[in-house]
Amino acid sequence: MSSIRSIARHLKPGLRVLGFNKGVLGSVRNAAHFTYFPDTVSEAQGETTRMNLFQSVNSALDTALATDSTAVIFGEDVGFGGVFRCTIGLQDKHGKDRVFNTPLCEQGIAAFGIGLAAAGATAIAEIQFADYIFPAFDQIVNEAAKFRYRSGGLFNCGKLTIRAPCSAVGHGALYHSQSPEAFFAHVPGIKVVIPRGPIKAKGLLLACIRDPNPCIFFEPKVLYRSAVEEVPVSDYTETIGKADVLVEGDDVTLIGWGTQVHVLREVADLAAERLNVSCEVIDLVSILPWDRDTVFKSVCKTGRCLISHEAPLTGGFGAELAASIQTDCFLNLEAPVQRVTGHDTPFPHVHEPFYMPTKWRCLEAVKKLVNY
Amino acid sequence: MLKTGFSKLCPLARASFAPKCIYGLASSNRRWYGEGVGGYTPTEAVGSDGSEVRPQFPGATASWTHDLEFVNADRYNGIPVYRVMDRSGRVIQAKDEPKIPDDTLIDMYQKMTLLNTMDKILYESQRQGRISFYMTNYGEEGTHMGSAAALDPKDFIYGQYRESGVLMYRGYTLDQFMNQCYGNEMDAGKGRQMPIHYGSPAHNFCTISSPLATQMPQAVGTAYAFKRSPEKRCVICYFGEGSSSEGDAHAAFNFAAVLDAPIIFFCRNNGYAISTPTREQYRGDGIAGRGPAYGIASIRVDGNDTLAVYNATVAARNMAINENKPVLIEAMTYRIGHHSTSDDSSAYRSVDEVRYWDSTDHPIARMRLYLSHKGLWNEQKEKEWKNSAKKQVMEAFQRAEKRPLASWENVFTDVYHEMPPHLEAQMKSMRDHMKEYGKHYPVTSDRK
Repeated sequence: MSSIRSIARHLKPGLRVLGFNKGVLGSVRNAAHFTYFPDTVSEAQGETTRMNLFQSVNSALDTALATDSTAVIFGEDVGFGGVFRCTIGLQDKHGKDRVFNTPLCEQGIAAFGIGLAAAGATAIAEIQFADYIFPAFDQIVNEAAKFRYRSGGLFNCGKLTIRAPCSAVGHGALYHSQSPEAFFAHVPGIKVVIPRGPIKAKGLLLACIRDPNPCIFFEPKVLYRSAVEEVPVSDYTETIGKADVLVEGDDVTLIGWGTQVHVLREVADLAAERLNVSCEVIDLVSILPWDRDTVFKSVCKTGRCLISHEAPLTGGFGAELAASIQTDCFLNLEAPVQRVTGHDTPFPHVHEPFYMPTKWRCLEAVKKLVNY
Repeated sequence: MLKTGFSKLCPLARASFAPKCIYGLASSNRRWYGEGVGGYTPTEAVGSDGSEVRPQFPGATASWTHDLEFVNADRYNGIPVYRVMDRSGRVIQAKDEPKIPDDTLIDMYQKMTLLNTMDKILYESQRQGRISFYMTNYGEEGTHMGSAAALDPKDFIYGQYRESGVLMYRGYTLDQFMNQCYGNEMDAGKGRQMPIHYGSPAHNFCTISSPLATQMPQAVGTAYAFKRSPEKRCVICYFGEGSSSEGDAHAAFNFAAVLDAPIIFFCRNNGYAISTPTREQYRGDGIAGRGPAYGIASIRVDGNDTLAVYNATVAARNMAINENKPVLIEAMTYRIGHHSTSDDSSAYRSVDEVRYWDSTDHPIARMRLYLSHKGLWNEQKEKEWKNSAKKQVMEAFQRAEKRPLASWENVFTDVYHEMPPHLEAQMKSMRDHMKEYGKHYPVTSDRK
């Protein structure tokens, strides 16, 4: 894995998106698959600084280390700042015993974090790419998730947070593009969280770090540089398990998370423009546990629902949402729930534009929903 | 191609990456010259005639050779087995005899036999279908008591599953053992795990889990946390020679060495992993032979010699605590019992082989002989203690069996610190179901 990863470090996620978003080349082949919709915060949140996603992650980590002397950050290459710059400056500021490299071994990283957390220390582990979290699957599923339950609450590793860059980046192919959240959604005992931008990322990451349960925090790597907004400099947390209604609408509910939220916001605009359809856009934010109330309330209002995620269709988290919506909103549904997702294939390299759940595929699904 | 092509598209990518490369080089140089092994400096690398006298590769400190020679595993003359007393319980070199107080020695011996008694009764109770599963500790009692006695009670323990004696030495009661095996309402684990998956914060003993070797890199994380805390504590992590083949064992050894963790890795090499003999488990010099390859101080001891285990663990603990470094102890022993109650070991090994270890080299017998030589034990005491032990075990056994099972609500709690709404809903749904269909379920907690 390591040699391939070293190549990936030279792929600068985000820049490509910025470069081509503005239509510099105007070519379909190189077009970004989304346009970033920045969040804003109220003035009550105090002073803000312009940050991209990696900087807001860095800010959250810095805050976590500054406010908790037991907190440590570790993983592959985090010492010099991380291959995505998320830990830059933290070792110099907080010390080598608190921000350090580990040997290249994901099962070791996850387990080392469990052991730290079991001793009462705050453990913030990094898996370099979500694609490489699978060697740690046993430690996460059989150990971290079950630590409290199996001991009758005598022991726990609630102070563990695992961060990992996830999802499509334009050219990441099979092993730098995966969205593995559904594998973890089937695991009672952990929390799984995915932010859509810098403001959410900082608040949610701090919430995960301080949550008394082991959390997996997936960071959409295409947003590391491309997503920029005014992020509060203060120490704040966002609620895990709470979805956000980003756009209110009456005809169709669009549900996504991570980068796909921005695709869906564009779909909502396109649907209004071309189909005269009013869409409600929901960022699920938290995959496990997920916000049933917000989702059901919206679908009961609109009667139609589109779920969209980058991960493959079969066994994707969309299936869980669709089944639950069917159970709880049956009398309100005017059309079958639609899922627009990645195909049931590995994530391809040059064919990424054909793999992605693009705004055009989503728009077509909205058309189906309203014409049903 | 990929990299070049991409840099053309995004010149910023290359520019912003350069500082990382420079930093990376500086970082590796610093480590190599400043903190590297052997205190090697670049000036030493160049001879008076300007020729390179030593290799300068950052990955290893070594000299050149002009002989094409492979390094072969030296498995016929392996790491020697450290021993304090012989099979007749006589100390071989007086200087090696540990200064363990008499009452501690007697306590160690009594707990070895108490464990043995508990094993016999619980094994039988499984045969009778009274508990679902059991694993005995036969033949390995010496590794438990010898190591446990060498530790400080605040040292934290991660085990595999065949270390009940360590917990017993620390004062875990017979009732606690039995309650866990029965999963009754007094089980601190709330009846959730299979029998013998004990755990107790009061005894600094992490709850056992079934997946093998997962505890090993976890133990390293805990040891690292101890290193950062003001308390002088270390971690001991027990595992079998079979578990040592798991990837997590590799992770643990390497992380412990690289991150300077105060941990004692204690391997029980009992010759078998269920049916698999060690010759099908590895081809190197056992487990101890791997330690130096990770940069870990390692020793092999006679696991049936409780005093040798004790001495090695005391020395290992000193190293771990005072030097913040990992130590590996491989205790050579023999698994006298079946792997578990689900296993009939006569399917893969001879009865004679088992009898040899049981009758001629048993840790309990050897410890008893040692105590007798010291005048601390005799036939009379043996007889009285055996009766007492059996009585204690039987009484605890009966108490545990009579207690109702842990309540079914324990299915839903402790999944998370708090109960999320979807679990609350599932618990409520189950409660409603039980109201109507409860008579079809073994609701012992409601019957008390």
